[in-house]
Amino acid sequence: MIRALFLSLLLLAGPALAVQPDEMLADPALEARARAISREVRCPVCQGETIDDSNAQISRDLRIIIRERLVAGDSNAEVIGFLVARYGEYVLFDPPKTGANLILWLAGPVMLLAAGGIAFAAIRRRRPATDEALSVEEQARLDEILKG
Amino acid sequence: MIVEIGHYALVLALMVALVQTVLPLWGAQARNPALMAMAAPAAVAQFVLVAVSFAALTWAFVVSDFSLAVVTSNSHTLKPMLYKVSGVWGNHEGSLLLWVLILSLFGACAAWFGSNLPAQLKARVIGVQGSIGLPFLAFLLFTSNPFWRLQVPPMNGRDLNPLLQDPGLAFHPPFLYLGYVGLSMAFSFAVAALIEGRVDAAWARWVRPWTLAAWVFLTIGIALGSWWAYYELGWGGFWFWDPVENASFMPWLLAAALLHSAIVVEKRESLKSWTILLAIMAFGFSLIGTFIVRSGVITSVHSFASDPERGVFILGILAFFTGGALVLFAARASAMEGKGVFAMVSRESALIANNILLAVSALVVFIGTVWPLVAEVAIGRTVSVGEPFFNAAFTPFFVALAVILPVGAMLAWKRGDIGRALKGLVPVAILAVALGGLAFAMQTGRSALGPVGAALGAWVVFGALWDLYSRTGRGAMADRLARLTRLPRADWGKATAHSGLGVTVFAVAAMNAWAVEDIRVARLGETFPLGAYEVTLVEVHREAGPNYTTTMAEMAVTKNGREVARLFPEKRVYPVQAMPTTEAAIDYGPLRDLYLVIGDPQDGGGWAVRGYVKPFANWLWGGALLMALGGLLSLTDRRYRVAAGARKAAAPRGVPAE
Repeated sequence: MIRALFLSLLLLAGPALAVQPDEMLADPALEARARAISREVRCPVCQGETIDDSNAQISRDLRIIIRERLVAGDSNAEVIGFLVARYGEYVLFDPPKTGANLILWLAGPVMLLAAGGIAFAAIRRRRPATDEALSVEEQARLDEILKG
Repeated sequence: MIVEIGHYALVLALMVALVQTVLPLWGAQARNPALMAMAAPAAVAQFVLVAVSFAALTWAFVVSDFSLAVVTSNSHTLKPMLYKVSGVWGNHEGSLLLWVLILSLFGACAAWFGSNLPAQLKARVIGVQGSIGLPFLAFLLFTSNPFWRLQVPPMNGRDLNPLLQDPGLAFHPPFLYLGYVGLSMAFSFAVAALIEGRVDAAWARWVRPWTLAAWVFLTIGIALGSWWAYYELGWGGFWFWDPVENASFMPWLLAAALLHSAIVVEKRESLKSWTILLAIMAFGFSLIGTFIVRSGVITSVHSFASDPERGVFILGILAFFTGGALVLFAARASAMEGKGVFAMVSRESALIANNILLAVSALVVFIGTVWPLVAEVAIGRTVSVGEPFFNAAFTPFFVALAVILPVGAMLAWKRGDIGRALKGLVPVAILAVALGGLAFAMQTGRSALGPVGAALGAWVVFGALWDLYSRTGRGAMADRLARLTRLPRADWGKATAHSGLGVTVFAVAAMNAWAVEDIRVARLGETFPLGAYEVTLVEVHREAGPNYTTTMAEMAVTKNGREVARLFPEKRVYPVQAMPTTEAAIDYGPLRDLYLVIGDPQDGGGWAVRGYVKPFANWLWGGALLMALGGLLSLTDRRYRVAAGARKAAAPRGVPAE
């Protein structure tokens, strides 16, 4: 929802809504790749908006650059590398899984394992509930009652 | 004059909050009945005073009293009445006043409906509730006073942000706040129990309805916000993992966990200390949410009028309450030894798994939300965390939750038989896989998202229905169906809420997997295909609204030559704030929404138009509503009504937790 306010401020300069028809490539496969990339690239001047949704002029420029690189034959990784080289890691909404970012990526699985392990140990440590199951006779009697 | 009364009432409310905090807590410690008896009247008085203050501010907005700074900055004489009223909470000061109003409402509810609480516990709960209000009232009066006057009132105001001038958003904050602040009750009960050093089944029975009510409000509030984003922002997105959305989502996840763990405390007297910890964390995350929104540390459209200094104040409040409660917890948790024992395979264990998955997923959302801040401060690395991260890191937990839900819901307490539960669910699993296969056969692409979503959603929905049916015991089908109507409302609530989750899971997957998008230039009279439909741009004209001008298009949608809808998407400009908004035109349908947006005129003639077919969009809001409805059904369960009846005799005030 962020996008809305900031984009509307930027809109005053030149109103345009996100991806414009005149930017789009004729080749549907290339265009689909361009859209996929632009959905993961952050607009450098907006508040947490992808360039795919953003109305800022720079987002439009970036969308056009992405398409130019794709037409020139770059792979998706090369296009993203091109953007990161110029605007920094900041533009990636998908934080790279390197260095300290590993903390971010591994926090969930590690917490799950830790919590699961603690819970498992805690349940095991408790006195096992031994007297709960019904014996065969009790089960038979119960079934009889329930049928009747 | 009315404004001064409101201001004065707010000052009085601060004084009363002091009384409400000190006397009952002291009285409960000293076992002084007279002091403890001060709790209820103080809570009610505080609510009345804050309500008077809120009414005065509302009045100032309604009559457009531009001598108030807040009204000048956020209102305009031409604004429709609904948005004059909703403008009260469409700004920092007013939204905090609403926050405090709801906080004091819950305190008053504890006074009204708490007549069957032990006197000491009641005094402590109300005292803690008052102590939360105290710093917020001080914050309001000293740094964010809504009754600040201007020396020279202007002729007219600066209008409300046009994006907020919308019915969906008018009601979004009150519901969200009822949820956020409603969790303060669970927190107050938790802290009171820690002071008391005792948690039992009765405690859980008091806590559950409050948590349930807060969760229901939070569900509705989040759904309203998501719906608003869907129709207002112009591309049909409904969830962006925006910091402020996350701020409301984390308490929702923790409240959901708390609801389930409180069941274990109530029925089995286990998981006591964990439940207390969850109650503290759930409200702690509400405060974090308030901090994120109000401080602007993590920027977002929601943080209107945010200010770092105010952020520091809220951070202080957050640190005091969460930190204080956690210290208390560390000191007293050992007194909360659980009684019930249970086996590894049991309903208790299944609910623990539910709690772990919900709590860990909430923490994943939390880490993703604060990581850019942490990385920048700690290692000087500017990173962004967005949708790709959350989709990858959050989704697995929810998928796991949906997979275990039907099985866990059918396990017996204490010691379950997993083979038996699975055996009953075999037809459900077959049905779910079949529906997933059907979805796979019908879709055009090769994406697994849609079919997996369909199978998972069906598994949860039919699993919940099967669970309900299996509670009717044995015998002929007709007898069992007849018995369905006599099941406790809590069983119906459980089945409804779980079905709602399944429907939501399916709708999220369907909307992400199967949406059709079309962006193009269309000339007047031109027809273009959109999925299975044909869209014609009939005409475009300009019109004037009450406080905006609009460019409105008329578009006809046909399918196989038959007209299915005539839609009028708009592009509005609000001159006072010089701000354009898109008003998408949507044809809502049971299986799909047609979503049309008009863009700008093009240099070469024609208009930019965007068209979407959003499959099962209504199912998303429907699923959220089902979840909320399930919560409401549970709230009306007989055992709460019995309790409410007992309360009614003492204080005739209707149902609890509202």
